[in-house]
Amino acid sequence: MDMKIPNPVRPAFTTPQRDDTVIVNIGPSHPATHGTIQIIAELDGEKILRTDVHCGYLHRGFEKECEDHTWHNLIPYVDRLNYCSALINDFAYCDAVEQMMGVEITPRTKYLRTLLAEYSRLADHLTCIAATLMELGAMTAFLYLVMIRDYIYEHIADLTGARVTYSFGRIGGLARDLPDGWLKRLEQILTQYEEFIGRVHGLVDRNRIFIDRTRDVGVLTTADAIHWGYTGPILRSTGAARDLRKDTPYLAYAELDFEVPVGIKGDNYDRYYVRMREMDESVHMIRQLIDMLPAGPINVDDRRCTLPPKPLVYGEIESLINHFKLIMDGPRVPAGEIYVAHEGANGELGFFLVSDGSGTPYKVHVRSPSFVHMGGAHKMLDGYQLADLIPTFGSINMIGGECDR
Amino acid sequence: MATPIFESIQSQLGSLATASSVSHGTLVVEIAPAALSGLVQTLKSACKFDMLLDVTAIDWPGRQPRFDVVWHFYSTTHRVRVRVKARVPESDPVVDSLTQHYGSAAFQERECHEMYGIRFNGNADLRPLLLYEGFVGYPLRKDYPKLGEQPLVPYREGFDIADRAGV
Amino acid sequence: MSAAHPTIPISPAGGKSAAFEYLTTKKDELCGWARKFSLFPYPFVTACCAMEFMSVSSTPYDTDRFGAALPRFSPRQSDLLMVVGTVTHKQAPILLKVYEQMCEPKWVMAFGVCATSGGFYQNYAALAGIDRVIPVDVYIPGCPPRPETVIDGIMQLQDKIARQKHIILTKDF
Repeated sequence: MDMKIPNPVRPAFTTPQRDDTVIVNIGPSHPATHGTIQIIAELDGEKILRTDVHCGYLHRGFEKECEDHTWHNLIPYVDRLNYCSALINDFAYCDAVEQMMGVEITPRTKYLRTLLAEYSRLADHLTCIAATLMELGAMTAFLYLVMIRDYIYEHIADLTGARVTYSFGRIGGLARDLPDGWLKRLEQILTQYEEFIGRVHGLVDRNRIFIDRTRDVGVLTTADAIHWGYTGPILRSTGAARDLRKDTPYLAYAELDFEVPVGIKGDNYDRYYVRMREMDESVHMIRQLIDMLPAGPINVDDRRCTLPPKPLVYGEIESLINHFKLIMDGPRVPAGEIYVAHEGANGELGFFLVSDGSGTPYKVHVRSPSFVHMGGAHKMLDGYQLADLIPTFGSINMIGGECDR
Repeated sequence: MATPIFESIQSQLGSLATASSVSHGTLVVEIAPAALSGLVQTLKSACKFDMLLDVTAIDWPGRQPRFDVVWHFYSTTHRVRVRVKARVPESDPVVDSLTQHYGSAAFQERECHEMYGIRFNGNADLRPLLLYEGFVGYPLRKDYPKLGEQPLVPYREGFDIADRAGV
Repeated sequence: MSAAHPTIPISPAGGKSAAFEYLTTKKDELCGWARKFSLFPYPFVTACCAMEFMSVSSTPYDTDRFGAALPRFSPRQSDLLMVVGTVTHKQAPILLKVYEQMCEPKWVMAFGVCATSGGFYQNYAALAGIDRVIPVDVYIPGCPPRPETVIDGIMQLQDKIARQKHIILTKDF
């Protein structure tokens, strides 16, 4: 095989600093880097001296793709940003477009979106913790958590039709309403979740090996975290109680009773524990929302964004033209810009939308938490052992789709 | 809402901003590119905007100057956001880098550079981040074709790069 | 897939007897049976399909029943390259390098529509299907595919392996 395979990146350093150090390449096809991150590390024995983090191996051209589709058509692309908690992306994007259009969603949609966002957050944290524990060797905990996540996926598939990426949000509401028996099954899953989480707590929390591998590893101070743009569970693990659901409430969060768990040292153990506590808080919120869910329509009755009901489309010419225009041209969003941020599972997920007044976006930019976190990842990796890179990376929860868009 | 805070920020920024308004709950401040450093220093120390959220650009091909460079800042104490915009021309798309004030600027500026071609003075590391070595052009500019692929690995027999043209 | 191997004529030429042909067929069946039930996947995981890959490897779907449970994260030790998720132009050299490093016999599975044809990412960044750079044995559609679809794909690949010719000793046998 004579063909020279080109190197897609230029490393920041190629010569070792000293005679006894070595430069190794980790990734991007590596089990523990969650698929698409390359870390070029200089090692002194087992100790990492400096790292050069390369992302971008999953850059799929989301922003360029969006400029070619209508505001509605790009909802499936938005799903695949943080694919572990796809519903949160859907609703954040729809919220941004709705605010720009001046559309107010119905009460039922408001509570239902909050419930589903928390349900998605549960699935995301389950995935993150399951992957981290598996990489540390705790296969049993992985199987327990992935089993619950599978029940959640099947359950959401009953509602949306898909297991992982749903395209469920619509501008002005949701795709469809809850089927019969959905809430009953939800309560069953939450009960089973509590039983399994209790087992995982018992296996892991006070486990000598787990504590030795994660305590005081990957430490981040609050000042560093804010300087490098960290938000979400990582910032909260350093001790700063910053959560967009409490600070600038949106959807139905202002009416819910929940705590914001914080850590003490900002190390891997704290990040693990903050996520475990956040899952419990999410379950608490879901239970409150089940009781608060009002009856009513889920799509706002606004012809600028909601498709007219089918009998009208086939019956009268105005609705037919309305339907046609919404599908072919897309909903017309007034010219301007908006930045709306929701609390994603990883932190502040922001959508910066620019509209030129037509049914196709002029620019859609995602402020993705994982991308910003990769910028500061070297603060948590330098100075620790090579084997510590695994739990640290797992606890950052870098999601490729969100990082590289 | 957050108006008293915005008014106090506007008065503290004073003449550094050429225009400012409140849009959808965010204070939008327009400045000349040269005023960026002074404005950011005021924002960070006096107005307590300790987090740089986002750096991006918007391409208006029919307009002179062509690009709008957009920064978003967040204050964890006041819990509000500020959007700062500066217009730069295509012939000299240079602005100051914010890496000495905010660490999160490093990756964000690299991405903005490779996507739009905006150069950041003071950021020593503007290597491609999401794109790869050898990629020619700035994809998010409006004149870059969506299907303009530049494969690193030559295709196998039977696959032609021109196949995609009709898609 | 293996390099071009010689076709064996119906009427045995070159002095080969019918008994030899019978031996070859039985050898192919035995090797096919052994190889299809002991697949060592290399999960080349990139994107959202990873979620379904995790689901199909654990309960209740479980690839362990097919003998394909143990992933080997070194291309030298694996024989099934599962390309899970979108492969971009930046990632293509990595994919090619990993494929070249695997030893014969090897099979490639394109898991998900992005690996099959680029999915709905038709732009400058995504590779429109991994078969543009490496040969593929089985394509599994879905965005992401349900675990049952993946299992169907694995079973079809197993049928393909069972029907294949397995060259083990010489170029004829």
